[in-house]
Amino acid sequence: METTDDGPGRSPAATTGDSPRSRINHMPGAGSERAEAISAGRHEMLHDTLRKEIKSLAERGLKRPRIGADAVCESLLRQSAEVVLGFPGGVLLPLYDVLGDYPELRHILVRHEQGAAHAADGFARATGKVGVCLATSGPGATNLVTGIGNAMLDSVPMVAITGNVVSSLLGKDAFQEIDITGITLPCTKHNYLVRDPNEIPRVFAEAFHIARTGRPGPVHIDLTKDALMGVCTAGHPDKVDLPGFKPNLDGHPRQIKFAAQEIAKAQRPVILAGHGVLISDAMDELKELAEKAQIPVAHTLLGVSAMDETHPLSLGWVGMHGWKHVNKAIQSADLLIALGMRFDDRVTGHVPTFAPYARIIHVDIDPAEIGKNVAVEVPIVGDVKRVLRALIPLVEPVSRETRAAYLDELAEWRIESEKTPWHGSGAWRNGQLSADFVVSRIGEASNHDATIVADVGQNQMWAARYAGFRRPNSHISSGGLGTMGYGLPAAMGAAVGLPDKETWAIVGDGGLQMTSQEMMTLVQDHIPVKIALLNNHKLGMIRQWQELVYAGNYHSSNLLGPDWCKLAEAYGIPGFQATTPAEVDEAIASARAVDGPALIEFVIAAEQNVYPMMPAGKGLSDLLEEQFEEPKQ
Amino acid sequence: MSATDPAPRTAPAHTAPPARPLPGDGHSHRHVLVAIVLNRPGVLNRVSSLMRARNFNIDTLAVSHTDQPEVSRMTLTLHGDDVAVEQAAKQLYRLIDVLKVQDVTSDPTVEHEIALIKVHASDRNRGEVLTIADMYKAKVVDLAAESLIVEATGTEAEVDALIALLRGFGIKELVRSGTVVMSRGTGSIEEAVKR
Repeated sequence: METTDDGPGRSPAATTGDSPRSRINHMPGAGSERAEAISAGRHEMLHDTLRKEIKSLAERGLKRPRIGADAVCESLLRQSAEVVLGFPGGVLLPLYDVLGDYPELRHILVRHEQGAAHAADGFARATGKVGVCLATSGPGATNLVTGIGNAMLDSVPMVAITGNVVSSLLGKDAFQEIDITGITLPCTKHNYLVRDPNEIPRVFAEAFHIARTGRPGPVHIDLTKDALMGVCTAGHPDKVDLPGFKPNLDGHPRQIKFAAQEIAKAQRPVILAGHGVLISDAMDELKELAEKAQIPVAHTLLGVSAMDETHPLSLGWVGMHGWKHVNKAIQSADLLIALGMRFDDRVTGHVPTFAPYARIIHVDIDPAEIGKNVAVEVPIVGDVKRVLRALIPLVEPVSRETRAAYLDELAEWRIESEKTPWHGSGAWRNGQLSADFVVSRIGEASNHDATIVADVGQNQMWAARYAGFRRPNSHISSGGLGTMGYGLPAAMGAAVGLPDKETWAIVGDGGLQMTSQEMMTLVQDHIPVKIALLNNHKLGMIRQWQELVYAGNYHSSNLLGPDWCKLAEAYGIPGFQATTPAEVDEAIASARAVDGPALIEFVIAAEQNVYPMMPAGKGLSDLLEEQFEEPKQ
Repeated sequence: MSATDPAPRTAPAHTAPPARPLPGDGHSHRHVLVAIVLNRPGVLNRVSSLMRARNFNIDTLAVSHTDQPEVSRMTLTLHGDDVAVEQAAKQLYRLIDVLKVQDVTSDPTVEHEIALIKVHASDRNRGEVLTIADMYKAKVVDLAAESLIVEATGTEAEVDALIALLRGFGIKELVRSGTVVMSRGTGSIEEAVKR
């Protein structure tokens, strides 16, 4: 694929014709064993049908009594949670003592508990299954908290397990004791403190059910050491009894009818697809609705990859660093159909200026999201997939011709918007390597089929803008919490979950220095993550804000880093470097040729900014754009 | 781009579009919420932690178990506009231990709280205090040489009014239970969660 100054094949013209790229399967490795496992996982998540039978201790040829720790392992296996990312500690030793008796469970020893939580998060996003992480009491548990909070804000199904001191010592300030359930209470969907081994089967069944049902989220289980060590006689429940947890999955039929009427009246409708579309597996329904009524689809950051970006109706990413043409489309729309998104401030900007001419249909499974940030005309509480299935038959078909004027105008805006910030030659100023070019080459090289996991900051924005996403859930990013250091461990989890997909971590030098220790985990557990380090020797997004908002007062944004290739090699990971546009493709090819993890350090322009940018407190119409320098005479 | 010029360069050419209204009308008034919750350790903490985290200020909170020992009932009063309080109720629903939340502000209800007021009263003015207490149907439940304890029940406003009148005598100690409320008629909030 040729890359020209017009952008990496993003213009609508590039989507016509039967090029090999347009034939890429919509589902991950469709037909493969892995794809079936994923679709089973998503089915379990939506319908909660799993109750796998597992071998008892006697069937395993073990004569010891069944203790709480056995109940933990059995529960994980019953819930199809075969992968556990964890780090042992004093109070967890009873569990680690029996882990070896369950060879079906794969325990991955991380280097820091934050890595375990992010990896479980990445695993969950890539596969749709519940991610599981494990940490000991005290510091182990508090180290998980960032990852739990990250999963909470992005609605990621996760079960976080911690050990705690024996129950008689609770509240006595014992060694490595902390009130971890008190700490996780506001950043989990629910949490448990278990002191009785016989409660373990019920609590785990409930925790997994809560984590994956309705709006997914993290559930934390704190197990005292005596609960892990005590004899457990309780069997596993066949179903959970949670009278206070009954998510409403089907939208109200009257509201759905109103939505169809709004769509019929709209002249300039835009769909705003969020993470909920991916979570509820509504990619096909989204496409069907868009095509039936010829409605262009914009994505939130976490909605990226909900629709193949080469689809003629896929508009692109909206928000603070989204595409200008998409933001313009939102601002000129007369109807927004918001699906599984929550009108985050990075999407709306200053709310009074947001989509001033639009009526809003808002579909979300969480009633608390309706009317939280933005008042809406047609609220629908329900699962996006089910609501769309009910809505699509009521929607009047609209032909491309009817909407021709509107869609052509959007296409015109798009051509202009994609050209402006794009550095197709690979060079930013003075020939320095341009980050957008690097990211787009990674997308091309991996045939837009790799799982691309971003860290947080400029790298995250470039990844979302330029990698080019075709496959659902191929884009993984810390949206709500914006956790630096997320990229590498989350990519680790994603690669474990989808071993037949190439996995790239696109990270900055700031974020990678926060969790670089997990490179050792990649090596020890043979996890083939390719790390693309966009090294500008800066905290790039901080520097960008200091340039644009704080009058160039660059405090603490210059960043010293290690010799990255040497560091990678010290871990046993082959390191490559590219400092000019000409070296980019070869470095990518070399990294892809490695059987295992690899790192490429792209030394990018230090002062390149992400444009356009909506300044804080402003609206989607007030974008800052890159000012190109006049060529020197 | 110059580092010293952070302002957006291009002013939008169109005329100012209509401003999108923010959710809620901003008219803050008192609301009464009833929450039926599972009687589990920590449930009060979950509710109060959520209200704090979501920036809602609880005026009063009364908790007790109901006729079913595994179910508790909370009555919360708080100030906010209708949308903000609806948001508080919806956030409460997200808690797994919360079974039902109802805003009973505009329903016909019986609304009472109890207050114990220890007030200065000597031989000189005891009669006066007793007359006021009597007018508010309050009882004297303890008597000492220099003080007495008045037990008052009624709506928040009635108890406020009594306290205002007693303040002149000198209040030594005051405790209020917080409002409890029940809808009039045969309907029951707890009906829906009976098992």
